[in-house]
Amino acid sequence: MTYIIGLLSVVFLALAIMIVNKSIALSKGIQGKEDSDSPVDGANNSNAVGFLVFMVVGSIAAAWSFFHSKPDFLPVAASEHGLKTDQMFWISMGVITFAFFVTNVVLFVFAFRYRYKKDNVATFYPVNHKLELIWTVIPAIVMAVLVFTGLRVWRDITAQAPENSVVIEVTGHQFGWYVRYAGNDDAKLGNNNFKLIDDTNSIGIDFADENSFDDFTATEIHIPKGVPVLLKIKAQDVLHSVYLPYQRVKMDAVPGMPTKFWFVANKSTEEMRAELGKNDFNYKLNCTEICGRGHFGMAITVFVDEPEDYKAWCLQQKPFLAQNPDYLAKVPEKLKAKAQKYIPAEAPAEADSTQAAAPEAAVTMAQ
Amino acid sequence: MATATLHAHDVHEHEHEHHELGFVRKYIFSEDHKTIAKQYLITGIIWAFFGGALSIIFRLQLGFPDLNLDWLKPVLGQWIVEGKLEKEFYLALVTMHGTIMVFFVLTAGLSGTFSNFLIPLQIGARDMASGFLNMLSYWFFFLSSVIMFCSLFLETGPASGGWVIYPPLSALPQAMPGSGLGMTMWLTSMTFFIVSSLMGGINYISTVINLRTRGMSFTKMPLTIWAFFLTAVLGLLSFPVLLSAALLLIFDRSFGTSFYLSEIYIGGEALPNVGGSAILYQHLFWFLGHPEVYIVLLPALGITSEVIATNARKPIFGYRAMIGSMMGITVLAFIVWAHHMFVTGMNPFLGSVFMLLTLIIAVPSAVKSFNYITTLWKGNIIFTPAMLFSIGLVSLFISGGVTGIILGNSALDINLHDTYFVVAHFHLVMGAASFFGLMAGVYHWFPKMFGKMMNPTLGYIHFWATFVGVYCVFFPMHYIGIAGFPRRYYSFTALANNAAESFVDMNMFISIAAILTFSSQIVFVINFFGSMFKGKTAPQNPWNSTTLEWTTPVVPGHGNWEGEIPAVYRWPYDYSKPGSAVDFIPQNVPFSATPESNLPEENEEIANEKEIESLLDSQNAVYNI
Repeated sequence: MTYIIGLLSVVFLALAIMIVNKSIALSKGIQGKEDSDSPVDGANNSNAVGFLVFMVVGSIAAAWSFFHSKPDFLPVAASEHGLKTDQMFWISMGVITFAFFVTNVVLFVFAFRYRYKKDNVATFYPVNHKLELIWTVIPAIVMAVLVFTGLRVWRDITAQAPENSVVIEVTGHQFGWYVRYAGNDDAKLGNNNFKLIDDTNSIGIDFADENSFDDFTATEIHIPKGVPVLLKIKAQDVLHSVYLPYQRVKMDAVPGMPTKFWFVANKSTEEMRAELGKNDFNYKLNCTEICGRGHFGMAITVFVDEPEDYKAWCLQQKPFLAQNPDYLAKVPEKLKAKAQKYIPAEAPAEADSTQAAAPEAAVTMAQ
Repeated sequence: MATATLHAHDVHEHEHEHHELGFVRKYIFSEDHKTIAKQYLITGIIWAFFGGALSIIFRLQLGFPDLNLDWLKPVLGQWIVEGKLEKEFYLALVTMHGTIMVFFVLTAGLSGTFSNFLIPLQIGARDMASGFLNMLSYWFFFLSSVIMFCSLFLETGPASGGWVIYPPLSALPQAMPGSGLGMTMWLTSMTFFIVSSLMGGINYISTVINLRTRGMSFTKMPLTIWAFFLTAVLGLLSFPVLLSAALLLIFDRSFGTSFYLSEIYIGGEALPNVGGSAILYQHLFWFLGHPEVYIVLLPALGITSEVIATNARKPIFGYRAMIGSMMGITVLAFIVWAHHMFVTGMNPFLGSVFMLLTLIIAVPSAVKSFNYITTLWKGNIIFTPAMLFSIGLVSLFISGGVTGIILGNSALDINLHDTYFVVAHFHLVMGAASFFGLMAGVYHWFPKMFGKMMNPTLGYIHFWATFVGVYCVFFPMHYIGIAGFPRRYYSFTALANNAAESFVDMNMFISIAAILTFSSQIVFVINFFGSMFKGKTAPQNPWNSTTLEWTTPVVPGHGNWEGEIPAVYRWPYDYSKPGSAVDFIPQNVPFSATPESNLPEENEEIANEKEIESLLDSQNAVYNI
């Protein structure tokens, strides 16, 4: 509602200027045409004043609206690199806000100050190389400083992910995200292939690759706090884009071209709930590349857990193969034995797979 | 003198052999640059209203998500479902708004109008180098407009994948209905548009190079002409790349190739395409897409230079620096395109390179702003509507430009990419600023176009409503962007922390401001068409300006000047020159006629006047071949 009041006041301001314009024009008309060769009409001064009024009211509105909106901005970044980019963002904002106010104020003040006056003559001032040099060099220096701090942060963010990163695969499709974890045994993601996709195996996990056997999928994302997480990002149909607003993570998902982004989340969901004072708060992963009618709703819930909670959650998950033993048929003959241990004992096993490996798998999973 | 020695393939009748053209040749298939300019302008204004209206419809959805829109059913029909905007149609609206505004309004409407109108008049030419090509250019644009317009009425909807039409979304009809026939028509229309803009560009470049009047050296050209010239160079070098991008997309869509498609599983089946790259399209698109920003902006800056100098009654400050910075922008515009692609998975090292180049381009832009401000300093400013819009442009250019420093920083772009922060940035710096340039141009040159004056009071009202309105619409969008709201979202219900609720008021405010701003453009239309018929007759030089177009008759006929084309002896910014009795000395006044105000080096130029005058015969010869 406050905005509407603000808007109305702006409208009334414009109306007031109009009326002033009109009345000045009218009074000019009453006075007769003494100034008929003047290049300006009666509104010239009102327009000049208009710029001043706009400057004052606009500055107040800009400042007020900023502080009014501030509580609704994203909270302090919940990732390590995000803290750096946030800091740089607000420093840059300071620099540009300064430039914004100074240049706009000078512009409007000059417009007002040097409005037409009858006996004034403009100063013929076509060039001043020194002045031009100064205001070429100053922005260049400011830019250079911003660029080089930016480059360093960018280099760190896009550097190779650390060896100990937790690898999570996120696959975008119309309109949702599939998630696959590297599993509890080998911590390696198996291959996948879009040609192997079917109704159950929705990301086309390739069971010819033994690394796939312990991979598990989930309908929500869990990531450990304080540990590097490497997102391997894929798309099945059209472009999507992984966006974790609170962690300041964004990377497109491109069909046919896997992308990646690694980061360290430093605030668990619980901590963020406490910070925001909302018990039902959850992080989301949203899509930021237009992908069709469901684009705006393409989100998946993200939990940032304490490392031990994360581990516990992982151990509760069952490998895809364990939940869908039928896919054992896709495993090549020589790897069957290895795959076998992920098939639960009570599962209706095939003729050649009733071997002693099953209890062993159960043991592995319980660890 | 280049103007005299080169041969133009013009087929103009000698000026004494004029015969009246029929209605069709005079007003429809006209080869006269002034008529073509007006055709572009009026088409552009009509498109601007369509583009604006589309944005109002989606602003209703964003500002008032619960509003029952059934009353729009007579217009939108099946796109309103149970009182709500169809989700796909929302995307179609966003896409068409972008396409229309960027290409049809701010490229064709701005560059097409003023390059056509001003180049011959300000450089002293009888017409464009090729009137026929110029006519074709407009009619290809018209054809392109008709096709784009028809696509709005398709049952499957117009193109809906965003104005950048990234494949695979735009390549696969099964991905969204708008990628069917609507996208085919979009691509066809854009192909014709590119043809049109290339024909226009070739014409502008060859006219500026070949047909300048005697004495009009490059360093005596008004900054408008410099801007149009460099704009045409930009367009000529970058539009063909968009054409190639579009052609490859047409192949992928219709002939089963895999330029952009690879490893796709959609609609329950795996497509056979492998080996393509969706990123390739983005590189090709933005190779045009970024120069396009300057194609839109440079003409507006050129117009502003002219209007500010005239109405501050002062020479533009740093004429050569202005040309230099425009050239710098032109060159740099080609090597910054990948700053639109920092988070597409492009090699991060490339990201660093493009970040560096992007922030360099801020320097010439800053120089231009400072020069405009200094031009106002110690001026004697007359606030005509054109001047108001020009000052408004400078303000918007600064306000929108500074956020470019943040977005050009790849590390900061990670969070802000594809959020409302970007929307706010480019609407201010490119959308609104260019629109203000267009309006400044219309108010300033209307007397030359139609021989009538526009009503200044309506002009003031139009300016203040638009200026305040534009800031009210786009300034708050920065906040929504900082809060992490992605663009092209039908609603914000899926964001964390119930974020949708936090900016309900703000979105409502923006929508109301947008509606008011849009409505206030009606004031302009009334003024524009009203003055065309009922305006006061214009004097020959209403703004006491120095450039050549004001030496033509009030309504210039075919060939522009009735007698000989005037020669040019001085630069276009001799305003308020010390010693002179009048506060402006037109370009065609020789230095020998103004000994009282000449600077020492200008006295030396008096010796060259004879040489300039002696070129008359060879100049006339160009038109008689």
